Amino acid sequence: MADTRVTLSGITLDNPVIPASGTFGYGREFAQFYDINCLGTFSFKGTTREPRFGNPAPRIAEGPSGMLNAVGLQNPGVERVIAEELPELKKVFRKPVMANVSGFSVEDYAHTCALLDREEQVGWLEVNISCPNVHGGGMAFGSDPAAAAEVTRAVKAVTTKPVYMKLSPNVTDIAAVARACEEAGADGVSLINTLLAMRIDLKRKKPVLANGTGGLSGPAVFPVAVRMVYQVYEAVSIPIIGMGGVSSAEDVIELMLAGAAAVEVGAANLVSPFACRDIIRDLPRVMEQYGIQSLSDITGGAHNG
Amino acid sequence: MTQGSYFVEYNRALTKDVREMRLLGDTSAITAPGQFVNIQLDGLFLRRPISVCDWDSEGLIMIYKVVGRGTAALGGAAPGAKLDVLCGLGNGFDVSRCGGRTLVIGGGVGTPPMYGLAKALLKAGKTPIAILGFNTREEIFCEDRFRELGIGTTVTTVDGSWGTRGFVTDALPEDYDYFCACGPGPMLKAVYSAAKTSGLFSFEERMGCGFGACMGCSCKTKYGSKRICKDGPVLEKEEIIWQTHG
Repeated sequence: MADTRVTLSGITLDNPVIPASGTFGYGREFAQFYDINCLGTFSFKGTTREPRFGNPAPRIAEGPSGMLNAVGLQNPGVERVIAEELPELKKVFRKPVMANVSGFSVEDYAHTCALLDREEQVGWLEVNISCPNVHGGGMAFGSDPAAAAEVTRAVKAVTTKPVYMKLSPNVTDIAAVARACEEAGADGVSLINTLLAMRIDLKRKKPVLANGTGGLSGPAVFPVAVRMVYQVYEAVSIPIIGMGGVSSAEDVIELMLAGAAAVEVGAANLVSPFACRDIIRDLPRVMEQYGIQSLSDITGGAHNG
Repeated sequence: MTQGSYFVEYNRALTKDVREMRLLGDTSAITAPGQFVNIQLDGLFLRRPISVCDWDSEGLIMIYKVVGRGTAALGGAAPGAKLDVLCGLGNGFDVSRCGGRTLVIGGGVGTPPMYGLAKALLKAGKTPIAILGFNTREEIFCEDRFRELGIGTTVTTVDGSWGTRGFVTDALPEDYDYFCACGPGPMLKAVYSAAKTSGLFSFEERMGCGFGACMGCSCKTKYGSKRICKDGPVLEKEEIIWQTHG
Protein backbone atom coordinates (compact mmCIF):
# COMPACT_ATOMS: atom_id res chain seq x y z
CA MET A 1 0.00 0.00 0.00
CA ALA A 2 1.49 3.32 -1.09
CA ASP A 3 2.11 5.65 1.84
CA THR A 4 1.45 9.24 0.71
CA ARG A 5 1.99 10.83 4.13
CA VAL A 6 4.59 13.55 4.64
CA THR A 7 5.48 15.67 7.65
CA LEU A 8 5.91 19.46 7.74
CA SER A 9 7.47 20.77 10.95
CA GLY A 10 5.93 18.08 13.14
CA ILE A 11 2.46 18.06 11.54
CA THR A 12 1.72 15.00 9.42
CA LEU A 13 -0.22 15.51 6.19
CA ASP A 14 -2.22 12.70 4.57
CA ASN A 15 -0.51 13.61 1.31
CA PRO A 16 1.86 16.34 0.11
CA VAL A 17 -0.71 18.15 -2.07
CA ILE A 18 -1.45 21.73 -1.00
CA PRO A 19 -3.44 24.22 -3.09
CA ALA A 20 -1.32 27.36 -3.35
CA SER A 21 -2.32 30.72 -1.94
CA GLY A 22 -4.34 32.89 -4.28
CA THR A 23 -5.77 29.99 -6.25
CA PHE A 24 -8.06 28.56 -3.57
CA GLY A 25 -9.54 31.57 -1.78
CA TYR A 26 -10.43 30.59 1.78
CA GLY A 27 -11.62 27.20 0.55
CA ARG A 28 -15.31 27.99 0.25
CA GLU A 29 -15.69 27.83 -3.54
CA PHE A 30 -13.88 24.50 -3.83
CA ALA A 31 -15.76 22.97 -0.90
CA GLN A 32 -18.86 23.25 -3.10
CA PHE A 33 -17.16 21.08 -5.74
CA TYR A 34 -15.56 18.32 -3.63
CA ASP A 35 -14.72 17.39 -0.04
CA ILE A 36 -11.55 19.43 0.47
CA ASN A 37 -10.60 17.30 3.47
CA CYS A 38 -8.83 15.04 0.95
CA LEU A 39 -6.09 17.72 0.69
CA GLY A 40 -2.85 17.59 2.65
CA THR A 41 -3.76 21.13 3.68
CA PHE A 42 -4.19 24.37 1.75
CA SER A 43 -2.61 27.78 1.83
CA PHE A 44 -5.31 30.40 2.08
CA LYS A 45 -5.54 33.69 0.20
CA GLY A 46 -2.69 36.08 0.93
CA THR A 47 -3.86 38.13 3.91
CA THR A 48 -2.70 41.62 4.81
CA ARG A 49 -3.11 43.91 7.79
CA GLU A 50 -5.66 46.14 6.01
CA PRO A 51 -8.35 45.17 3.46
CA ARG A 52 -7.16 45.47 -0.14
CA PHE A 53 -9.08 45.70 -3.41
CA GLY A 54 -5.95 45.09 -5.46
CA ASN A 55 -5.13 46.26 -8.97
CA PRO A 56 -7.47 47.56 -11.69
CA ALA A 57 -8.74 45.19 -14.42
CA PRO A 58 -7.62 43.53 -16.57
CA ARG A 59 -5.73 41.49 -14.01
CA ILE A 60 -5.38 38.30 -16.03
CA ALA A 61 -3.44 37.48 -19.20
CA GLU A 62 -2.26 34.31 -20.85
CA GLY A 63 1.02 32.94 -22.12
CA PRO A 64 2.17 29.70 -23.73
CA SER A 65 1.38 27.01 -21.12
CA GLY A 66 0.64 29.51 -18.43
CA MET A 67 -1.04 32.65 -17.19
CA LEU A 68 -0.14 36.06 -15.80
CA ASN A 69 -1.95 37.59 -12.87
CA ALA A 70 -1.81 41.03 -11.35
CA VAL A 71 -4.57 40.63 -8.77
CA GLY A 72 -2.59 42.67 -6.26
CA LEU A 73 -3.35 40.78 -3.04
CA GLN A 74 -7.08 41.43 -2.90
CA ASN A 75 -8.27 40.29 0.53
CA PRO A 76 -10.65 41.46 3.27
CA GLY A 77 -7.85 42.17 5.77
CA VAL A 78 -6.73 40.05 8.71
CA GLU A 79 -9.49 41.11 11.10
CA ARG A 80 -12.30 40.07 8.77
CA VAL A 81 -10.43 36.91 7.81
CA ILE A 82 -10.39 35.92 11.47
CA ALA A 83 -13.96 37.06 12.16
CA GLU A 84 -15.64 35.82 8.97
CA GLU A 85 -13.52 33.51 6.83
CA LEU A 86 -11.97 31.20 9.42
CA PRO A 87 -15.31 30.30 11.10
CA GLU A 88 -16.70 29.44 7.65
CA LEU A 89 -13.57 27.46 6.81
CA LYS A 90 -13.94 25.40 9.98
CA LYS A 91 -17.29 24.13 8.71
CA VAL A 92 -15.78 22.63 5.56
CA PHE A 93 -12.15 21.82 6.51
CA ARG A 94 -11.13 19.99 9.67
CA LYS A 95 -7.35 19.92 9.16
CA PRO A 96 -4.73 22.52 10.11
CA VAL A 97 -4.57 25.22 7.44
CA MET A 98 -1.62 27.24 6.17
CA ALA A 99 -2.05 30.97 6.77
CA ASN A 100 -0.49 32.99 3.95
CA VAL A 101 0.52 36.50 4.96
CA SER A 102 1.75 39.51 2.99
CA GLY A 103 2.86 42.90 4.18
CA PHE A 104 4.34 46.20 3.20
CA SER A 105 6.54 46.75 6.23
CA VAL A 106 8.24 44.51 8.79
CA GLU A 107 5.66 45.69 11.33
CA ASP A 108 2.78 44.69 8.99
CA TYR A 109 4.12 41.16 8.74
CA ALA A 110 4.64 40.82 12.47
CA HIS A 111 1.19 42.24 13.30
CA THR A 112 -0.72 40.03 10.85
CA CYS A 113 1.27 36.90 11.67
CA ALA A 114 0.82 37.39 15.42
CA LEU A 115 -2.97 37.60 15.01
CA LEU A 116 -3.19 34.52 12.80
CA ASP A 117 -0.75 32.56 14.98
CA ARG A 118 -3.37 32.60 17.75
CA GLU A 119 -6.02 30.98 15.56
CA GLU A 120 -6.53 27.34 16.46
CA GLN A 121 -6.94 26.08 12.91
CA VAL A 122 -3.74 27.71 11.65
CA GLY A 123 -1.06 25.03 11.50
CA TRP A 124 1.67 26.95 9.73
CA LEU A 125 2.37 30.53 8.66
CA GLU A 126 3.53 31.06 5.11
CA VAL A 127 5.05 34.50 4.76
CA ASN A 128 4.96 35.90 1.24
CA ILE A 129 7.97 38.13 0.77
CA SER A 130 7.86 37.78 -2.99
CA CYS A 131 4.60 38.93 -4.53
CA PRO A 132 5.72 40.86 -7.61
CA ASN A 133 2.47 42.71 -8.15
CA VAL A 134 2.32 45.43 -5.57
CA HIS A 135 4.08 48.73 -6.04
CA GLY A 136 6.58 49.29 -3.28
CA GLY A 137 5.43 46.01 -1.75
CA GLY A 138 6.75 42.54 -1.10
CA MET A 139 9.30 42.57 -3.91
CA ALA A 140 11.94 44.39 -1.90
CA PHE A 141 11.92 41.94 1.01
CA GLY A 142 12.26 38.82 -1.10
CA SER A 143 14.97 40.13 -3.35
CA ASP A 144 17.37 41.05 -0.56
CA PRO A 145 18.70 38.37 1.84
CA ALA A 146 19.07 40.92 4.66
CA ALA A 147 15.49 42.16 4.29
CA ALA A 148 14.20 38.58 4.09
CA ALA A 149 16.05 37.77 7.30
CA GLU A 150 14.63 40.85 9.00
CA VAL A 151 11.05 39.82 8.21
CA THR A 152 11.79 36.27 9.35
CA ARG A 153 13.18 37.42 12.69
CA ALA A 154 10.28 39.82 13.28
CA VAL A 155 7.67 37.13 12.56
CA LYS A 156 9.46 34.44 14.58
CA ALA A 157 9.65 36.80 17.56
CA VAL A 158 5.85 37.09 17.82
CA THR A 159 4.67 33.62 16.76
CA THR A 160 4.71 30.05 18.05
CA LYS A 161 3.74 28.09 14.94
CA PRO A 162 6.11 26.95 12.17
CA VAL A 163 7.02 29.82 9.83
CA TYR A 164 7.64 29.13 6.15
CA MET A 165 9.11 31.99 4.15
CA LYS A 166 7.73 32.07 0.59
CA LEU A 167 10.53 33.06 -1.75
CA SER A 168 10.58 35.01 -4.98
CA PRO A 169 12.20 33.52 -8.08
CA ASN A 170 12.94 37.03 -9.35
CA VAL A 171 16.43 37.06 -7.85
CA THR A 172 19.94 36.21 -8.96
CA ASP A 173 20.62 33.70 -6.17
CA ILE A 174 17.54 32.22 -4.50
CA ALA A 175 19.73 29.92 -2.38
CA ALA A 176 21.28 32.97 -0.68
CA VAL A 177 17.83 34.28 0.28
CA ALA A 178 16.84 30.83 1.57
CA ARG A 179 20.02 30.60 3.67
CA ALA A 180 19.36 34.05 5.14
CA CYS A 181 15.84 32.96 6.14
CA GLU A 182 17.16 29.74 7.70
CA GLU A 183 19.80 31.62 9.69
CA ALA A 184 17.11 34.06 10.89
CA GLY A 185 15.08 31.19 12.32
CA ALA A 186 12.66 30.18 9.56
CA ASP A 187 11.19 26.70 10.04
CA GLY A 188 11.00 26.17 6.30
CA VAL A 189 10.85 27.87 2.92
CA SER A 190 8.31 27.63 0.11
CA LEU A 191 9.13 28.35 -3.51
CA ILE A 192 8.65 29.52 -6.17
CA ASN A 193 6.28 32.44 -6.31
CA THR A 194 5.36 33.71 -9.78
CA LEU A 195 7.90 35.00 -12.29
CA LEU A 196 7.61 38.67 -13.20
CA ALA A 197 6.21 38.85 -16.73
CA MET A 198 4.37 40.99 -19.31
CA ARG A 199 2.20 40.62 -22.41
CA ILE A 200 1.45 43.36 -24.93
CA ASP A 201 -1.83 43.66 -26.85
CA LEU A 202 -0.97 44.17 -30.54
CA LYS A 203 -4.26 45.94 -31.29
CA ARG A 204 -3.94 48.51 -28.50
CA LYS A 205 -0.13 48.42 -28.55
CA LYS A 206 -0.20 48.52 -24.76
CA PRO A 207 0.41 45.95 -22.00
CA VAL A 208 -2.56 43.58 -21.59
CA LEU A 209 -2.55 43.96 -17.81
CA ALA A 210 -3.66 47.31 -16.40
CA ASN A 211 -0.79 46.93 -13.94
CA GLY A 212 1.68 46.49 -16.80
CA THR A 213 3.47 43.51 -15.27
CA GLY A 214 2.09 40.39 -13.64
CA GLY A 215 3.25 37.09 -12.21
CA LEU A 216 3.66 34.13 -14.57
CA SER A 217 2.48 30.73 -13.34
CA GLY A 218 1.43 27.42 -14.83
CA PRO A 219 3.35 24.60 -16.53
CA ALA A 220 5.58 27.18 -18.28
CA VAL A 221 7.43 27.79 -15.00
CA PHE A 222 7.65 24.18 -13.77
CA PRO A 223 11.25 23.53 -14.92
CA VAL A 224 12.33 26.77 -13.22
CA ALA A 225 10.69 25.58 -10.01
CA VAL A 226 12.45 22.22 -10.20
CA ARG A 227 15.82 23.92 -10.66
CA MET A 228 15.28 26.38 -7.80
CA VAL A 229 13.99 23.75 -5.35
CA TYR A 230 17.02 21.63 -6.27
CA GLN A 231 19.42 24.54 -5.59
CA VAL A 232 17.75 25.53 -2.33
CA TYR A 233 17.78 21.91 -1.11
CA GLU A 234 21.57 21.96 -1.42
CA ALA A 235 21.77 25.26 0.48
CA VAL A 236 19.52 24.72 3.52
CA SER A 237 18.53 21.94 5.91
CA ILE A 238 15.00 23.20 6.73
CA PRO A 239 12.05 21.69 4.83
CA ILE A 240 11.07 23.05 1.43
CA ILE A 241 7.54 23.33 0.08
CA GLY A 242 7.94 23.23 -3.69
CA MET A 243 5.57 24.85 -6.17
CA GLY A 244 5.42 26.34 -9.64
CA GLY A 245 3.38 24.90 -12.49
CA VAL A 246 2.59 21.58 -10.81
CA SER A 247 -0.35 19.92 -12.55
CA SER A 248 0.04 16.15 -12.16
CA ALA A 249 1.08 13.44 -9.69
CA GLU A 250 4.25 13.03 -11.77
CA ASP A 251 5.06 16.72 -11.24
CA VAL A 252 4.59 16.27 -7.46
CA ILE A 253 7.09 13.42 -7.42
CA GLU A 254 9.57 15.33 -9.60
CA LEU A 255 9.54 18.36 -7.27
CA MET A 256 9.95 16.07 -4.26
CA LEU A 257 12.93 14.36 -5.87
CA ALA A 258 14.39 17.86 -6.37
CA GLY A 259 14.05 18.47 -2.64
CA ALA A 260 10.47 19.37 -1.71
CA ALA A 261 8.93 17.88 1.44
CA ALA A 262 5.46 18.89 0.20
CA VAL A 263 4.11 20.48 -2.96
CA GLU A 264 1.73 23.31 -3.68
CA VAL A 265 -0.52 23.39 -6.73
CA GLY A 266 -1.56 26.80 -8.04
CA ALA A 267 -2.69 27.72 -11.53
CA ALA A 268 -3.92 24.18 -12.23
CA ASN A 269 -6.79 24.77 -9.76
CA LEU A 270 -8.03 27.64 -11.90
CA VAL A 271 -8.22 25.57 -15.08
CA SER A 272 -9.69 22.53 -13.40
CA PRO A 273 -11.39 23.03 -10.04
CA PHE A 274 -10.83 19.32 -9.41
CA ALA A 275 -7.07 19.39 -10.14
CA CYS A 276 -5.86 18.71 -6.58
CA ARG A 277 -8.45 16.00 -5.94
CA ASP A 278 -7.36 14.28 -9.16
CA ILE A 279 -3.63 14.56 -8.36
CA ILE A 280 -4.25 13.00 -4.93
CA ARG A 281 -6.29 10.23 -6.55
CA ASP A 282 -3.46 9.55 -9.06
CA LEU A 283 -0.57 9.59 -6.57
CA PRO A 284 -0.68 5.92 -5.39
CA ARG A 285 -0.79 4.64 -8.98
CA VAL A 286 2.12 6.84 -10.08
CA MET A 287 4.12 5.92 -6.94
CA GLU A 288 3.65 2.27 -7.80
CA GLN A 289 4.71 2.91 -11.38
CA TYR A 290 8.03 4.32 -10.14
CA GLY A 291 8.54 1.83 -7.31
CA ILE A 292 7.93 4.33 -4.50
CA GLN A 293 6.51 2.85 -1.26
CA SER A 294 6.60 5.97 0.91
CA LEU A 295 6.54 9.53 -0.42
CA SER A 296 8.35 10.92 2.62
CA ASP A 297 11.41 8.87 1.61
CA ILE A 298 11.91 10.53 -1.78
CA THR A 299 12.52 14.16 -0.78
CA GLY A 300 15.82 15.20 -2.33
CA GLY A 301 16.23 11.80 -3.97
CA ALA A 302 17.68 13.34 -7.12
CA HIS A 303 20.74 14.67 -5.28
CA ASN A 304 24.00 12.78 -5.03
CA GLY A 305 25.05 11.22 -1.74
CA MET B 1 -21.38 24.25 -11.51
CA THR B 2 -20.55 21.00 -13.23
CA GLN B 3 -17.50 19.91 -15.19
CA GLY B 4 -18.01 17.54 -18.08
CA SER B 5 -17.47 16.55 -21.69
CA TYR B 6 -19.73 18.11 -24.28
CA PHE B 7 -20.05 17.24 -27.96
CA VAL B 8 -20.34 19.79 -30.74
CA GLU B 9 -23.61 19.16 -32.59
CA TYR B 10 -23.10 22.00 -35.07
CA ASN B 11 -20.95 25.10 -35.37
CA ARG B 12 -22.08 27.46 -38.12
CA ALA B 13 -21.52 31.02 -39.28
CA LEU B 14 -24.29 33.57 -38.71
CA THR B 15 -22.38 36.59 -40.01
CA LYS B 16 -18.80 37.22 -41.17
CA ASP B 17 -17.39 36.65 -37.67
CA VAL B 18 -20.30 35.56 -35.46
CA ARG B 19 -20.95 31.83 -35.09
CA GLU B 20 -23.57 29.64 -33.45
CA MET B 21 -22.61 26.39 -31.74
CA ARG B 22 -24.79 23.82 -30.06
CA LEU B 23 -23.15 21.62 -27.44
CA LEU B 24 -24.71 18.37 -26.27
CA GLY B 25 -24.20 17.49 -22.61
CA ASP B 26 -25.40 17.95 -19.06
CA THR B 27 -27.12 21.31 -18.62
CA SER B 28 -28.51 20.62 -15.15
CA ALA B 29 -26.24 23.27 -13.61
CA ILE B 30 -27.82 26.09 -15.62
CA THR B 31 -30.29 27.82 -13.34
CA ALA B 32 -30.82 31.24 -14.96
CA PRO B 33 -30.50 33.03 -18.30
CA GLY B 34 -27.31 35.09 -18.54
CA GLN B 35 -25.10 32.41 -17.03
CA PHE B 36 -22.01 31.28 -18.92
CA VAL B 37 -19.83 28.27 -19.60
CA ASN B 38 -16.01 28.10 -19.46
CA ILE B 39 -14.46 26.02 -22.21
CA GLN B 40 -11.05 24.34 -22.39
CA LEU B 41 -9.50 24.56 -25.86
CA ASP B 42 -6.43 22.81 -27.26
CA GLY B 43 -3.25 24.86 -27.02
CA LEU B 44 -4.72 27.49 -24.68
CA PHE B 45 -3.97 27.43 -20.96
CA LEU B 46 -6.97 29.34 -19.66
CA ARG B 47 -10.54 28.37 -20.40
CA ARG B 48 -12.69 30.75 -22.42
CA PRO B 49 -15.94 32.06 -20.91
CA ILE B 50 -18.89 32.20 -23.34
CA SER B 51 -22.47 33.18 -22.47
CA VAL B 52 -25.31 30.72 -22.91
CA CYS B 53 -27.89 31.87 -25.47
CA ASP B 54 -30.42 29.09 -24.95
CA TRP B 55 -30.56 25.66 -23.40
CA ASP B 56 -32.73 22.59 -22.93
CA SER B 57 -32.25 19.31 -21.09
CA GLU B 58 -29.98 17.91 -23.82
CA GLY B 59 -27.70 20.78 -24.65
CA LEU B 60 -27.00 24.46 -24.96
CA ILE B 61 -26.51 27.05 -27.69
CA MET B 62 -23.74 29.64 -27.69
CA ILE B 63 -23.46 32.49 -30.15
CA TYR B 64 -19.99 34.00 -30.13
CA LYS B 65 -17.85 36.40 -32.10
CA VAL B 66 -14.41 35.35 -33.31
CA VAL B 67 -12.15 38.06 -31.89
CA GLY B 68 -8.98 36.29 -30.74
CA ARG B 69 -7.17 32.99 -30.43
CA GLY B 70 -9.73 31.44 -28.08
CA THR B 71 -12.82 32.19 -30.12
CA ALA B 72 -10.91 31.28 -33.31
CA ALA B 73 -10.15 27.87 -31.79
CA LEU B 74 -13.80 27.54 -30.81
CA GLY B 75 -14.81 28.46 -34.35
CA GLY B 76 -12.68 25.61 -35.64
CA ALA B 77 -14.37 22.93 -33.51
CA ALA B 78 -16.03 20.47 -35.89
CA PRO B 79 -19.30 18.60 -35.28
CA GLY B 80 -18.58 15.60 -33.07
CA ALA B 81 -15.62 17.28 -31.36
CA LYS B 82 -15.45 16.79 -27.59
CA LEU B 83 -14.95 19.85 -25.34
CA ASP B 84 -14.26 20.02 -21.60
CA VAL B 85 -16.72 22.55 -20.20
CA LEU B 86 -17.50 24.07 -16.82
CA CYS B 87 -21.25 24.68 -16.99
CA GLY B 88 -23.66 26.90 -15.11
CA LEU B 89 -21.30 29.70 -14.04
CA GLY B 90 -22.27 33.13 -12.76
CA ASN B 91 -25.49 34.45 -11.27
CA GLY B 92 -27.44 35.19 -14.44
CA PHE B 93 -30.55 37.36 -14.65
CA ASP B 94 -33.04 37.10 -11.80
CA VAL B 95 -36.33 36.93 -13.71
CA SER B 96 -38.32 37.46 -10.51
CA ARG B 97 -36.93 40.99 -10.26
CA CYS B 98 -38.12 41.89 -13.75
CA GLY B 99 -41.37 43.75 -14.24
CA GLY B 100 -44.29 42.82 -16.48
CA ARG B 101 -42.92 44.97 -19.30
CA THR B 102 -39.18 44.49 -19.18
CA LEU B 103 -36.91 45.88 -21.88
CA VAL B 104 -34.41 43.29 -23.06
CA ILE B 105 -31.55 45.27 -24.55
CA GLY B 106 -28.71 43.57 -26.43
CA GLY B 107 -25.80 45.16 -28.26
CA GLY B 108 -23.76 43.20 -30.80
CA VAL B 109 -22.39 40.02 -29.31
CA GLY B 110 -24.12 40.96 -26.04
CA THR B 111 -27.39 39.95 -27.70
CA PRO B 112 -27.27 36.14 -27.31
CA PRO B 113 -27.90 35.83 -23.55
CA MET B 114 -30.84 38.22 -23.93
CA TYR B 115 -32.63 35.62 -26.05
CA GLY B 116 -32.59 33.09 -23.21
CA LEU B 117 -33.75 35.87 -20.89
CA ALA B 118 -36.64 36.84 -23.20
CA LYS B 119 -37.76 33.20 -23.29
CA ALA B 120 -37.57 32.93 -19.50
CA LEU B 121 -39.59 36.15 -19.10
CA LEU B 122 -42.28 34.81 -21.42
CA LYS B 123 -42.37 31.58 -19.46
CA ALA B 124 -42.82 33.60 -16.27
CA GLY B 125 -45.88 35.27 -17.82
CA LYS B 126 -44.18 38.60 -18.48
CA THR B 127 -44.07 40.67 -21.65
CA PRO B 128 -40.49 41.37 -22.69
CA ILE B 129 -39.73 43.98 -25.34
CA ALA B 130 -36.49 43.46 -27.28
CA ILE B 131 -34.18 46.21 -28.50
CA LEU B 132 -31.17 44.92 -30.40
CA GLY B 133 -28.35 47.18 -31.53
CA PHE B 134 -25.79 46.53 -34.27
CA ASN B 135 -23.33 48.58 -36.27
CA THR B 136 -24.68 47.72 -39.69
CA ARG B 137 -27.08 45.37 -41.52
CA GLU B 138 -24.40 42.76 -42.37
CA GLU B 139 -23.63 42.29 -38.67
CA ILE B 140 -27.19 41.55 -37.56
CA PHE B 141 -27.97 38.13 -36.10
CA CYS B 142 -30.67 36.75 -33.79
CA GLU B 143 -33.37 39.15 -35.07
CA ASP B 144 -35.52 36.30 -36.46
CA ARG B 145 -35.08 34.32 -33.31
CA PHE B 146 -36.50 37.16 -31.19
CA ARG B 147 -39.35 37.77 -33.66
CA GLU B 148 -40.25 34.06 -33.55
CA LEU B 149 -40.92 34.49 -29.82
CA GLY B 150 -43.71 36.86 -30.87
CA ILE B 151 -42.40 39.74 -28.78
CA GLY B 152 -41.98 43.36 -29.78
CA THR B 153 -38.54 43.59 -31.38
CA THR B 154 -36.77 46.74 -32.52
CA VAL B 155 -33.42 46.59 -34.29
CA THR B 156 -31.13 49.61 -34.47
CA THR B 157 -28.09 50.08 -36.69
CA VAL B 158 -25.56 52.83 -36.21
CA ASP B 159 -25.42 53.51 -39.97
CA GLY B 160 -29.17 53.20 -40.51
CA SER B 161 -28.81 50.32 -42.98
CA TRP B 162 -31.56 48.35 -41.17
CA GLY B 163 -34.24 49.19 -38.65
CA THR B 164 -33.96 52.36 -36.62
CA ARG B 165 -30.89 54.50 -37.26
CA GLY B 166 -28.77 55.09 -34.17
CA PHE B 167 -28.10 53.34 -30.88
CA VAL B 168 -30.34 51.20 -28.67
CA THR B 169 -30.94 54.29 -26.55
CA ASP B 170 -32.54 55.97 -29.60
CA ALA B 171 -35.23 53.27 -29.60
CA LEU B 172 -36.28 53.14 -25.94
CA PRO B 173 -40.10 53.07 -25.73
CA GLU B 174 -42.13 55.17 -23.30
CA ASP B 175 -43.86 52.29 -21.60
CA TYR B 176 -41.65 49.86 -19.67
CA ASP B 177 -41.13 49.07 -16.01
CA TYR B 178 -37.69 47.39 -15.88
CA PHE B 179 -34.75 46.66 -18.16
CA CYS B 180 -31.95 44.14 -18.64
CA ALA B 181 -28.95 44.95 -20.82
CA CYS B 182 -25.87 43.23 -22.19
CA GLY B 183 -23.43 44.71 -24.67
CA PRO B 184 -20.30 46.81 -25.02
CA GLY B 185 -19.32 49.08 -22.11
CA PRO B 186 -20.26 52.37 -23.81
CA MET B 187 -23.72 50.97 -24.64
CA LEU B 188 -24.29 49.86 -21.05
CA LYS B 189 -23.26 53.27 -19.79
CA ALA B 190 -25.62 54.99 -22.26
CA VAL B 191 -28.49 52.73 -21.17
CA TYR B 192 -27.68 53.53 -17.54
CA SER B 193 -28.03 57.25 -18.26
CA ALA B 194 -31.12 56.96 -20.45
CA ALA B 195 -33.19 54.41 -18.55
CA LYS B 196 -36.00 55.71 -16.36
CA THR B 197 -36.38 52.54 -14.30
CA SER B 198 -34.28 50.14 -12.31
CA GLY B 199 -32.60 47.31 -14.15
CA LEU B 200 -29.84 44.77 -14.52
CA PHE B 201 -26.59 44.88 -16.50
CA SER B 202 -24.45 41.96 -17.60
CA PHE B 203 -20.71 42.68 -17.72
CA GLU B 204 -17.70 41.14 -19.40
CA GLU B 205 -14.18 40.87 -17.97
CA ARG B 206 -11.01 38.88 -18.52
CA MET B 207 -11.24 35.92 -16.16
CA GLY B 208 -8.83 33.48 -14.65
CA CYS B 209 -10.93 30.65 -13.27
CA GLY B 210 -14.54 31.70 -13.94
CA PHE B 211 -15.81 30.25 -10.64
CA GLY B 212 -14.76 32.76 -8.00
CA ALA B 213 -11.40 31.47 -6.82
CA CYS B 214 -8.72 33.73 -8.28
CA MET B 215 -10.15 37.25 -7.87
CA GLY B 216 -8.93 37.98 -11.41
CA CYS B 217 -12.18 39.70 -12.49
CA SER B 218 -13.05 41.73 -9.38
CA CYS B 219 -14.75 45.09 -9.72
CA LYS B 220 -15.77 47.73 -7.21
CA THR B 221 -19.49 48.23 -6.57
CA LYS B 222 -21.47 50.33 -4.12
CA TYR B 223 -22.13 47.08 -2.24
CA GLY B 224 -18.41 46.21 -1.98
CA SER B 225 -16.07 44.40 -4.34
CA LYS B 226 -17.62 41.71 -6.52
CA ARG B 227 -16.28 39.01 -8.80
CA ILE B 228 -17.77 39.34 -12.28
CA CYS B 229 -17.57 35.56 -12.71
CA LYS B 230 -19.26 34.52 -9.47
CA ASP B 231 -21.17 37.47 -7.96
CA GLY B 232 -21.91 38.64 -11.54
CA PRO B 233 -21.83 38.85 -14.49
CA VAL B 234 -25.21 40.49 -13.79
CA LEU B 235 -25.16 43.50 -11.46
CA GLU B 236 -27.96 45.83 -10.36
CA LYS B 237 -28.15 49.34 -11.71
CA GLU B 238 -28.05 50.75 -8.18
CA GLU B 239 -24.72 49.15 -7.25
CA ILE B 240 -22.65 49.99 -10.29
CA ILE B 241 -19.60 52.22 -10.10
CA TRP B 242 -18.72 53.11 -13.69
CA GLN B 243 -15.03 53.87 -13.23
CA THR B 244 -14.29 50.16 -13.34
CA HIS B 245 -16.46 49.37 -16.36
CA GLY B 246 -16.32 50.32 -20.01
